[in-house]
Amino acid sequence: MTPDFDAWILLLAAISATYLWRGLAVPLSLRIDGDGRAFEWMTCVTYALLAGLISRMIVLPYGELATTPVSYRIVATVVALAAYFTGRRNLLLGVGLGTLTFLSLNLTLYDQGP
Amino acid sequence: MNVAPHDSPSAAQAARRGIRDALGMPMVVLLASMTAFGSLARESGLSLELALASTLGVWALPGQIVFVELYASGGEVVALILAVSLANARFLPMAMSLLPMLREGLARSGWLYLYAHLMSAQSWAYCRRVFPRLPADARRSYFMAFAICILIISLGGTALGYVLTGTLPRPLALSLVLVNPLFMLLLLADSRNRPVVLALIAGVALGPAMHLFTPNWGLLLTGIVAGSAGFLADRVLIVRRKAS
Repeated sequence: MTPDFDAWILLLAAISATYLWRGLAVPLSLRIDGDGRAFEWMTCVTYALLAGLISRMIVLPYGELATTPVSYRIVATVVALAAYFTGRRNLLLGVGLGTLTFLSLNLTLYDQGP
Repeated sequence: MNVAPHDSPSAAQAARRGIRDALGMPMVVLLASMTAFGSLARESGLSLELALASTLGVWALPGQIVFVELYASGGEVVALILAVSLANARFLPMAMSLLPMLREGLARSGWLYLYAHLMSAQSWAYCRRVFPRLPADARRSYFMAFAICILIISLGGTALGYVLTGTLPRPLALSLVLVNPLFMLLLLADSRNRPVVLALIAGVALGPAMHLFTPNWGLLLTGIVAGSAGFLADRVLIVRRKAS
């Protein structure tokens, strides 16, 4: 087998492993009433899960982001939230200021060398 | 969910709104995060075709990153299936809390299998914000327009990142990775529904702790524990108010 062929097999496995959950949800969702308690609970579970995922991505990231100090990421997050809620809930303002804060903090680190 | 909508936009109007929403912040955010993914894919030795096919076929950034990292380290198929499926198991509750809102009046339920594939965290969050004000067929138009738009943008971002690999200064490249979590956090923080707000707060607190406790299952446990806590706390508050 060529390396390229192997890579496509791996990708196919990754696609199936993801679609498994998406596809499984279709017959299960047919039993859920969009007005019922089960739907409301599932909504809470999903919001909590996404919140947990985002919180993990910021506090305990994988890959390159893990090389930055956790304090920089927390400060950037607090700035983003503060800008968003004081600035009429403007997403661009919140995300923009948070990212710029993180960028400037990383630039100071970069200037000082590793 | 038959609350009388404030306005009853036609399917075409809803589709236009979906495109307009997608071309705003989601476009900026996805260009940033998918560019970062494109660069990661190239540095890990993937071809451009594979990188694009993973965006189109997996369509979930955390799972794609797991795929690229396991590919680079020469991982086995079985290990990859396990890791990717655990990273993407969130699609089960996500689809179960979105598809019932898309289903009403749908002639053939086979479409739901396509909707389930096109759904992502961003389209989920946007639809949950917009849907209460839309009738069912307008919801489907909005969803399809939004989801296909951000998928095309993401394919563009993946290709752009692949081509630009190594040209971005390191502090900038690092900052691009943080854009997506910050955006999703603000999108969720906009919720005003009490059980949801309680679930969000519990989720933010539990997420990292559960991940340290059990990296593979932490995410699902966070959803179930924090989500149920928010749901139950809200019910207790309702019962208390009725009693007093």
